[in-house]
Amino acid sequence: MTIRAVVEDLANDRKTPRAGTSLRRRGSPLVSTAEQLRTLDAVQLEREGRRVEFDTLLGGALRPARLEIFQVNLGKLCNMTCRHCHVDAGPDRWDCVMPDEIVDQVIAAIGKTCAHAVDITGGAPELHPRFRDLIEAAVGFGKQVMDRCNLTVLLLPRNKGLVDWLAERGVEIVASLPHYRRPNTDAQRGQGVFERSVEAMRLLNAAGYGRGDPKRRLTLVSNPAGAFLGASQATAEREWRQSLQREHGVTFDRLFVLNNMPIARFLDWLQQSGNLEAYLQKLVQAFNPASVAGLMCRNTLSVGWDGRLYDCDFNQMLDLEIEGGLHISDFDEDAWHARSIVTARHCFGCTAGAGSSCGGQTA
Amino acid sequence: MPGYYDRQHLADFGKIADTSPELGKKFFDYYGSVFADGALSAREKSLIALAVAHAVQCPYCIEAYTKDCQEKGADLEQMTEALHVTVAIRGGASLVHGMQMRETAQKLGM
Repeated sequence: MTIRAVVEDLANDRKTPRAGTSLRRRGSPLVSTAEQLRTLDAVQLEREGRRVEFDTLLGGALRPARLEIFQVNLGKLCNMTCRHCHVDAGPDRWDCVMPDEIVDQVIAAIGKTCAHAVDITGGAPELHPRFRDLIEAAVGFGKQVMDRCNLTVLLLPRNKGLVDWLAERGVEIVASLPHYRRPNTDAQRGQGVFERSVEAMRLLNAAGYGRGDPKRRLTLVSNPAGAFLGASQATAEREWRQSLQREHGVTFDRLFVLNNMPIARFLDWLQQSGNLEAYLQKLVQAFNPASVAGLMCRNTLSVGWDGRLYDCDFNQMLDLEIEGGLHISDFDEDAWHARSIVTARHCFGCTAGAGSSCGGQTA
Repeated sequence: MPGYYDRQHLADFGKIADTSPELGKKFFDYYGSVFADGALSAREKSLIALAVAHAVQCPYCIEAYTKDCQEKGADLEQMTEALHVTVAIRGGASLVHGMQMRETAQKLGM
């Protein structure tokens, strides 16, 4: 299987609903990450009448804890084009896909890392020709593996049988579903996505996912469909569980609630809808010091499609490389533990309210 | 003051406790407890508040609880259904008085 074949498949895919197009296709100025950072910096952000920056509010450098999660972003290729995507992923994003030699370097690094979990993301990582190789290798090294999945990708003809394959290897599915009902999900991801997502959940349930088996864990990831913060995770989980079971007969194991990050397409939407300033100000007002200890950047290494290293997937999408500019081919875990974490204004997204990270709320 | 309603009053609501602070504190503490998760979820309470806000036609409450419902994970369909509960009760309250009308009219009429 080659990337070219995948791209052709996606071009002919008439079943996956799409919410829009990539910023790249639209020729948006926000394709430039420097422009995104400038846009964030241009907003007048105040707290108690004084201009604030993330570092000053934090009161010092953000330092790492122990490395636990090795996160690999296989690239920006995706079958969907959700309106809030911080990756600017889509079917036209074959320009950013992890090359073979980098996949090999990633596998070698996983063999040596002290991290106990490997977290695979994208785009839709399942579209990468080496997706299964990477998982086989990580499972072979005894790692707990997570697939960050958009659900609809599991229904593509080329992925027939993938759910069972993942189940046999005990891969956790961390699936994005903005809301447990149709309107907000479709508003964000495209008309008809909710129904396709439920169909994918049925496949997962049939393979034993989402039924309380720790070897077949199905985690759902929710994010708000607009310029507001997420609901309380524990309360939302109860409501989601009842409603999805009652209305659609599907089950899951746990729910993560994330905030939307003012990056790429969500940043574009904030600008176009006139919500940018108020949303950033809301994040600042909701800054919660108790969210900091559990932030993902403190225990996660983020590897980009080209092998460059980052503190998190959000920094990756803003080209904010890890201190010292390391590459996976010369990854040094001691250097990782000794560094300070690179921060900017988008970081307010992870520290707002109950906190927000790859593992859900942090406070 | 330019008019009877000012958006800033919502943001400044807490200042009402600058006077009679003990009563203010009691009110806001109580208010916070009312909206916490309990036998009803915070989302359900927020939807009730949205419905009541429309019944009492308080623009501050409508703004506050529209936003709060969204943050609690309610979608526009759910919020609109809550509003129709207000409409049904308000409409029903008028209509049920029609029984008084009928009784009076029937008593006097031939």
